[in-house]
Amino acid sequence: MNITLKLYATLSDLLPSGSADNAATINVDEAISLNQIIDQFHVPRELAHLVLINGVFVCETDRDQSGVLKDGDVLAIWPPVAGG
Amino acid sequence: MAWTKKLLRVDLSAGVCTEEALNMEWANDYLGQRGLATRYLVDEVDPKCDPLGPDNKLIMTTGPLTGTNASTAGRYSVVCKSPLTNAVACSNSGGFFGAELKMAGWDMIIFEGKAASPVYLHIVDGRAQLHPADDLWGKSVWEADKMLHAKVQDAQTRMALVGRSAEEGCLYAAVVNDLHRAAGRSGVGTVMASKNLKAVAVRGTQGIGNIHDPKRFMETVKAGKKVLAENPVTGQGLPTYGTQVLMNVINEVGALPTRNMSEVQFEGASKVSGEAMHEPRKTDGKPNLTTNGACYACTIACGRISTIDRTHFSVKDKPEYWINSGGLEYEAAWALGPDTGVDDIDALTYCNFLCNEDGMDPISFGSTVAAAMELYEKGVITDSHTGGMELRFGSAEALCWAAEKVAKGEGFGKDLGLGAERLCEKFGHPELSMTVKGQEFPAYDPRGIQGMGLAYATSNRGACHLRGYTVASEILGIPEKTDPLESEGKAGLVKAFQDATAAVDSAGLCVFTTFAWTLDDIAPQVDAACEGDWSPDRMLEVGERIWNMERDFNMKAGIDGSMDTLPKRLLSEGGNSGPAKDRVNELDKMLPEYYELRGWNSSGEITSETRQKFNLPA
Repeated sequence: MNITLKLYATLSDLLPSGSADNAATINVDEAISLNQIIDQFHVPRELAHLVLINGVFVCETDRDQSGVLKDGDVLAIWPPVAGG
Repeated sequence: MAWTKKLLRVDLSAGVCTEEALNMEWANDYLGQRGLATRYLVDEVDPKCDPLGPDNKLIMTTGPLTGTNASTAGRYSVVCKSPLTNAVACSNSGGFFGAELKMAGWDMIIFEGKAASPVYLHIVDGRAQLHPADDLWGKSVWEADKMLHAKVQDAQTRMALVGRSAEEGCLYAAVVNDLHRAAGRSGVGTVMASKNLKAVAVRGTQGIGNIHDPKRFMETVKAGKKVLAENPVTGQGLPTYGTQVLMNVINEVGALPTRNMSEVQFEGASKVSGEAMHEPRKTDGKPNLTTNGACYACTIACGRISTIDRTHFSVKDKPEYWINSGGLEYEAAWALGPDTGVDDIDALTYCNFLCNEDGMDPISFGSTVAAAMELYEKGVITDSHTGGMELRFGSAEALCWAAEKVAKGEGFGKDLGLGAERLCEKFGHPELSMTVKGQEFPAYDPRGIQGMGLAYATSNRGACHLRGYTVASEILGIPEKTDPLESEGKAGLVKAFQDATAAVDSAGLCVFTTFAWTLDDIAPQVDAACEGDWSPDRMLEVGERIWNMERDFNMKAGIDGSMDTLPKRLLSEGGNSGPAKDRVNELDKMLPEYYELRGWNSSGEITSETRQKFNLPA
């Protein structure tokens, strides 16, 4: 299935070359876990701070679960950031 | 110590400057800056007074740590009754002015009355004198700053000024210091201009020599700086991307107010984000962001210094804007961008420059333009009002035109200078005003971040993110993650953030330190610098006392619990997309618990027990 992977801030450079707007379409197995994707794109786990599926936060303890993604989902990841 | 224990009272009507001892009994209860200055305001200003009349007072105030080498210790605040909200106003600014005031030997300046003609105040250490400023009146902040520096013949003099927007009565005018730092919110600049006070110029050469326990202070400061440096947010994230890193985050979670808060996600967010500020332009190969910048003593350095594309329509014939100057911060970028539907980063940067140049609060300005755009789209505001400018959502030309008009108080700019509430009332659609207590919202939609709805509704200065930034917890996971779509438990969270922030705002430190520091890091620095025993618990108690005192002032001004609410749009129209789709803010579920936690009755009135507990002024 295809999902959109978005990596932001200091993680931007870890996206495949040619990616635009901090996003890339990637093909993944339906059983894949979030941590497997995080590892596949060499995102240091300690920097995968804010992990969202379709805008909803996934806590650290749930990131090894398989089957949490479905075709067309958006997975967005940020390192620790803040502002205001 | 740390306080200089001296304040300067400036009677503008009589033209007299007087030295006065700081009330140390009050300093003991309210620490400094926001708390202590508000204590003076409560004592000296009738809450029902005309905020633009001579009976209002304007206080420029530092905290006990301001001017020290504690990280971020360059803060000062401007306190008065607000002309935008009629509530208490306290706007906080960085830069270098606050530290300079402290090094001149003053904890605060209280301006009272009104000068017969324009004046500026010149302070060199213990000497303070009012001078005519007729030649500065009618000039922008940037031009007046340059003229005044030429007058005083000292490049190291620090200045805080008002621009033409304030002189023309724009109700959200700021006090701008060091060219592009501002006490931005609630119209404190409008009050300064109403007193015919154009500028304050300060040179301080005395340093800070009054630390209670210098050795321990240096140790606590060093420990604090280490925490900031090692924290990924304050050590890396903020210096690299600034607050603008939030643009994509808040859009992704579905809480980015768009087109006057009628939507919750903006299709152009990535084009005006912190990441976009790093992208090289096609025209000259340079990015919008030139470098980051730091205020006095700050080891975070989140500030943005930017340029505008010289070929952009807004500046192509205006070389005076081909400069490096204060760039987009998140709140300004949101108000100028998503809220107006404009995704042109150069247009946003130009408007941001104008807000600095002529002293407008970019949040209130952008939000007011957004309201005007919705009124235009509905056919209520027409070309006859705007002189032919099509004030449509997404129009960068209209946005830049509006900024130029408000900056100079020209034409329709006068209407836009009223703020969203008065503008929408004038055109018969008060429901389109996205405000609380008359102040425009910042950049977080409370349908997607429930706690922020309560924080906005109960903020003592009207809608504001800096009175209780639960975004830190609800979205960013600081200090721990809570569910932004859940309203349960948010009453306690909001209260905790509000009280802690009031304490930090009273110390002379920047609230951004709290992305890494807790009161356990801050209290030891205050305790080493100041007389008395300043534990984290005591600081929290001081914060809660300040919150209640501000509330009490507002209640006496006629701003009661009925105004602890949100615009109908946010309470009855669900978000249109993303995680907050079909959700409204559940303020009704949070507010009763919040009142109870505060020790207020069901109408939001402070009970006699709570008054007694915090020894509030009568």
